[in-house]
Amino acid sequence: MSNMHVTAKINGDETEFLCDPRETLLDVLRDRLNLTGTKEGCGTGDCGACTVTIDDRLVCSCLMLGVEASGKSIETIEGMAKGDTLHPLQKKFVEHAALQCGICTPGILVAAKNLLEKNPDPNEEQVRYWLAGNLCRCTGYDKIIRAVLDAAKEMRGTS
Amino acid sequence: MAKDEIINKFKYIGTRPNRPDGLDKVTGRAKYGADFNAPNMLHAAVLRSPHAHARIVKIDTSKAEALSGVKALVTRADFPTGLKGEDFYLQENTIAGDRALYDGHAVAAVAATSALVAKDAIKLIEVEYEILPHVTDVDEAMQPDAPVIREGAQDHSVPDGLPPNIVSYMDFGHGDLEAGFSEADLVMENTYKTEAAHQGYIEPHACVGQLGQDGKGDMWICTQGQWFIRKMCTAVLGLEASQLRVTPSEIGGGFGGKTTIFSEALSLALSRKAGGRPVKLVMTRSEVLRATGPTASASMDVKIGMKKNGKMTAASAVFRMQGGAFPGMAPTGMALECAFANYQLPAVHHIGYDVLSNRPKSAAYRAPGSPMAAFAVESLVDEMCRELNLDPIDVRLLNGSKEGTKSSFGPTFRKIGLIETLEAAKSHPNLEVKLGPNQGRGIASGYWMNHGGETSISMALGEDGTVTLSIGTPDIGGSRASMALMVSETLGIPYEDVRVNVVETGSLGVNEPTHGSRATFATGKAAVEACNEAIKEMCRRAADKWGIDPEAIDWFDGAAHPAGPNAGDFPPMTIKEIGRRMGRTGGPISGHHATTYGGAGESFGTHVVDLEVDPETGRATILRYLVVQDAGRAIHPSYVEGQFQGGAAQGIGWALNEEYIYGEDGRLQNAGFLDYRVPVASDLPMIDTVIVEVPSDSHPFGVRGVGETGIAPPLPAIANAIADATGKRLRHLPISPPKVLKAIKEGS
Repeated sequence: MSNMHVTAKINGDETEFLCDPRETLLDVLRDRLNLTGTKEGCGTGDCGACTVTIDDRLVCSCLMLGVEASGKSIETIEGMAKGDTLHPLQKKFVEHAALQCGICTPGILVAAKNLLEKNPDPNEEQVRYWLAGNLCRCTGYDKIIRAVLDAAKEMRGTS
Repeated sequence: MAKDEIINKFKYIGTRPNRPDGLDKVTGRAKYGADFNAPNMLHAAVLRSPHAHARIVKIDTSKAEALSGVKALVTRADFPTGLKGEDFYLQENTIAGDRALYDGHAVAAVAATSALVAKDAIKLIEVEYEILPHVTDVDEAMQPDAPVIREGAQDHSVPDGLPPNIVSYMDFGHGDLEAGFSEADLVMENTYKTEAAHQGYIEPHACVGQLGQDGKGDMWICTQGQWFIRKMCTAVLGLEASQLRVTPSEIGGGFGGKTTIFSEALSLALSRKAGGRPVKLVMTRSEVLRATGPTASASMDVKIGMKKNGKMTAASAVFRMQGGAFPGMAPTGMALECAFANYQLPAVHHIGYDVLSNRPKSAAYRAPGSPMAAFAVESLVDEMCRELNLDPIDVRLLNGSKEGTKSSFGPTFRKIGLIETLEAAKSHPNLEVKLGPNQGRGIASGYWMNHGGETSISMALGEDGTVTLSIGTPDIGGSRASMALMVSETLGIPYEDVRVNVVETGSLGVNEPTHGSRATFATGKAAVEACNEAIKEMCRRAADKWGIDPEAIDWFDGAAHPAGPNAGDFPPMTIKEIGRRMGRTGGPISGHHATTYGGAGESFGTHVVDLEVDPETGRATILRYLVVQDAGRAIHPSYVEGQFQGGAAQGIGWALNEEYIYGEDGRLQNAGFLDYRVPVASDLPMIDTVIVEVPSDSHPFGVRGVGETGIAPPLPAIANAIADATGKRLRHLPISPPKVLKAIKEGS
């Protein structure tokens, strides 16, 4: 099958790529663009490890085709820190030991950032339900939830 | 000079610095198994049996091989013959021979120029199967008329006359069982069942294998143990171990499941056939569930005798466990060791069966055997406490193992912390919370023996006085931080001055994997030994310079100091100064240590769960959860808490939802995260932790492994809480909503 030419904005940069129409956006990010920070845990949209945002909407990139990204604006974990300044969520995840193996961390960070953009002051239950699509097998979620709540507090300037 | 005296006074240990690999892991830079690519690389796909048990009559690969882009195809015919014992089973699990033994058993593999072509190619392989009768349930597999998985696989332990799927038998205990039971006021006996669960690491197995015709190869892989991968892959392929270099990537979870090989050797076999081009092999989630190593399922009879005051007089257990189609994989022996470890018992007896079934080859899963055993024993203890109207913590305090107790499995316990965990649980504020309607509280304790094992390590001093530590145990949950803390404590240098690298198989002697809760214990202990060797050398350099005896030098605060006024009056010589001058004062300074550690300190834990059962749906909601566990010494308390919390969450999943569901056709029906449902964030509350520290005398800082124990108590604690909430005792996991609802509706 011949490849298709796609143009999209990825982490703010205009990006062109060729892909097989059967390739998922996740395949494109990882294998075509070498953005391997986005992980594949299941390929069926059940684990959230491949979470990215498309035009500010959370998407499992394993459930979307690469060609569907045409003209869209995609944000991945690689775009989360601004230069050498970590996003408060990234900082708080390290401080709170909110990762053990770290494989789910990129997806959870992208999902949590999206939450805080929509709701800067979530309660514990709201964080838990927002992140219910992102599996973590190591932590039991406790420290992840605390890190998100603490980052939200810092971002509201009330820490 | 040896710092035996620092055991209770620390500068770095017990602090909570950021982990050294934290930045890489929150920015997406950290390279995991599937993130590695090599030039000229091919992609593999594996064809797997759709049948639980079938004779492979014929494999026609011609159409697949003719597909454009296919560069290599392997079947069992491409592997050496004549392997024996464990090596044979590893090979047979890598790729089926004349029979497929479980749904998902690999039959052929392809390497092609892209993953899409490889997937297309395996669809073109034509396999003719003759379907054979199968069995997946452990109790059914033990019946005399059950389909036979392997003829002649029984070892010498199996008494004459037992059916052929029973491949190993255990029988041990001590004391007069009959007398013990006759002394009891209450004797209860029940049967319990647990289903197979999967480790559920989020990262599927992934590797890139490269192997030339000269027998030299490389593998990049997510694994808990690069030397195990080397040993197993080379055995399966008939290669020399040292000719394969295995480089571990970051690892996205393992929990025991990445201590062995499943399909990895296929990438090497394909690479060799494709002229040495590297071959990437990444499993799908469905492949992970069908064809890696879930834990065993178990069927268990437990009998306990108890006096009216709660004192136990005797106990016995019969455990039947299936570990798939391969002998020796069910953790029956460890389950029996764990079964009654919590209790002082005058008389105790264990019988265990290792049983074959048409399921995938079991692998370790966090405290292998202990959760099943805990479920059976701690459920029965709770049932008896209810019958006798006794407090479950008090009964455990009355009977609990302590220093000097002859353990249920033989040896006498050294210093252990079970009683301390029970006391800490008893005084925790969670136990003062009054429960409402449909709510229940469950308590259970658990044990893991912990492990030391083969360990080789190297530390090297840099020219600026900073230190590199090379370790062989992959960092699966923050262990680089623990290693750096132990090194900085030993050398008296800042945490930030230590860089910890997990290295490939060519850089150190053999290391066992990060398994058995051994990394912080064994690698940490070896790190201290290696540092002490370097300290000795650094003191010698100072002694040479000062012209005094090296024995007259003390090392502390990152510097050599004269031991006292008699040693002379010299200003301290810092590690930075020694590093700067080492090239001129005798050469590079390093420390090494290589040994096999025994004597790891056991870890006991006690969990308390409060939950509420919805009487309309049967769903149990965890309201609060407490983990109390003996860590010996918490090097980095945040990651100790993390192990407690993660173990609890996995145990909660196993108790309430997770199970391998096989259909009548012997096929796995829930090979995905949608239907194999692990706990999600909204399923759980915060998990409260109390770290008990009863230092182990087998580690310089008192460390006990903490990774495993925490998965055992949740299974019975939840069953006990369900019983408290509903009055119904459920003895078959998982305690899923339909089962609870059925029990409630049935009355009685």
